[in-house]
Parts: sequence; C-alpha cells; structure tokens
Amino acid sequence: MDIQKFIENFAEQFDDLNTELKPETRFREVEGWTSLVALLVITMVDEEYGVVLPPEEMRKTQTIQELFDLVNSKL
Amino acid sequence: MYNPFSLEGKTILVTGASSGIGRAIAIECSKMGATVIMTARNETRLQEVLRQLEGDRHRYILADLSEEEAIGALVQELPVLDGAVLNAGIMGLTPVSAITAAKLEQMQRINLNAPILLTRQLAKQKKLANGASIVFMASAAGVYRTSVGNAIYATTKCGLDAFMRTAALELAGKGIRCNSVNPAMTETEAIAAVQDAAMKEKDLANYPLRRYGKPEEVAQAAVYLLSDATRWMTGTALKIDGGRTLV
Repeated sequence: MDIQKFIENFAEQFDDLNTELKPETRFREVEGWTSLVALLVITMVDEEYGVVLPPEEMRKTQTIQELFDLVNSKL
Repeated sequence: MYNPFSLEGKTILVTGASSGIGRAIAIECSKMGATVIMTARNETRLQEVLRQLEGDRHRYILADLSEEEAIGALVQELPVLDGAVLNAGIMGLTPVSAITAAKLEQMQRINLNAPILLTRQLAKQKKLANGASIVFMASAAGVYRTSVGNAIYATTKCGLDAFMRTAALELAGKGIRCNSVNPAMTETEAIAAVQDAAMKEKDLANYPLRRYGKPEEVAQAAVYLLSDATRWMTGTALKIDGGRTLV
C-alpha cells in the first residue's frame, strides 16, 4: 500500500481542498474537514482497501500517516 | 385509582425488545400492568429483559423480522392483541455517494418492510382487538429533520410515517388506531453505530434541553399511545426530541 496514492484518495473526499496534504498533516485541522468528509473517508477506505474502520479507532488518529498505518494494520 | 394511562388487562406485542428503546418499552408496559409479548433475534438478551419485567405473565417469541415467512409464523403464534409496538430497527450512516442497492435493501428490510408486513399479517390474521393501538417507532430523522450521512435511515423513517398514516386510515373502520413515536437521539447501544463520544459532545449543543433522551422517556410516549387516554388519536406522529427540531 502506497502512502502517496492513499493521500490522493484522501484528498478526493474534500469538495474544495486548498491545503497540500502530507503524511504529517493533522487532517482534522484541514480547512473543509467535516463529518461528511469523515464518512466519505471511511467509505473510501472500505471501497479502495477493503478495510472497515471502527470509528473509535479512527478517532485516535491525528495525522494522515497514523490513519494510513491504521488501515495498513488491518489489511 | 383513576388512571386513564394504565395498560391493565392489555396484551401488548413489542418488537426489537431485547435492547435499547424496545427493552424500555417492554419494561414500562409491564409496570403499567400489561401482559407483554416480546420478540427479537437474541434469546440470551430476551431472557435478561424478561427477568426485568414486572410480574411473571410475560413471554417472548424468537423471530427474525427480516424474513417475510418468519413474520407470518410469529403472528400465527400470537394471541389477539390490544396493542403492538413495532419498534425493531437499525441505524447507520452512509453518504449519498456511497449508497448501494445492498445497503438500501438491508436497512429498508428491517426499518420499513418488517413493520409494514407485520401490520399486514396482524390485520389479515385478525390478531388486533377492536380498539387496539399500533405504535410505530419512527424518528425525528426524515420526518422532521435530517443530517449528514443519514439518507437511507431518514428515508426508511419517512416511509414508515407515510405507512402509519395510511394504515390509520384503512384500519379505523375496525377501531384500530395507528400512531408513531418520533424521537431524536436517545441514549441506547445503537447510537454507537452513528457517532463517537466527541461527536456526541458537539451534538448535544443542538439540544435546547441539553441532553439526549432516555429510553424510558421514549417508552412512556409509546405507553401513552397504547393507553385508553389516546382512544381518539390516530394517524399522529408524536415528536419527542428535547427541542432538537426547534433550532
């Protein structure tokens, strides 16, 4: 699993993204992050990687890298 | 003592009685004097709820209401009822862009098809006494408001609202009443499917009464609709939401 591809998939869930996303980006602080984007990310992870993210585990992640690692650990 | 809200002498069916609002309805109905027949899929949990009911006249029947044949079989086993609370339901969030036929069908089967087909069987097999009351567990969602990710759930509850009013019209000739309880967020195990603790904290600010509902409070609204106090009420959606839809 490739983090650059993961970041691209992640970025696609925003309507208008004016921030460059990096592995260390704290995604909840990105302008445009909403509960809908969170749901869309969960759906994307399910569809692209076949991983169902438990909300409580997702909540503990802060950066895109941490989320990526969480998904990776469940592959 | 004068008490038009009593359920003394009434036999009441409660679906989805093994947890959450359904469990609270079964308990409240027993405390108000009813004989309760519970149904759900999980026998261990039903046995636990049975122990919490007041009196030993109650029982449960295992049934999976997502199967049409199971609904017919359940109704065959039932005595004539004075009331039924069609409460079984599931929650879950799916953004519009992620909706699939499978996800739609899964929630619709439980939240909409099951109560419709159960009502049909209760009527067809003449299991509703004259003056019986059917209470549908609808929601503030769909009928009064909506929220992000809630499209499928809200749609099933709107469908249930339309069905409740149509059934009220058709069954009125037999003296059968149909109403619904429409709660906003209620403190049950099921809400874990749609939010975590942080989301809840934020959402509580949207409630003028500053908290979610308690299962027994929603159950008491169902008791009201089951009781003789509402003999002239039919086709009514009873909103119980801590003021959520005011803002």
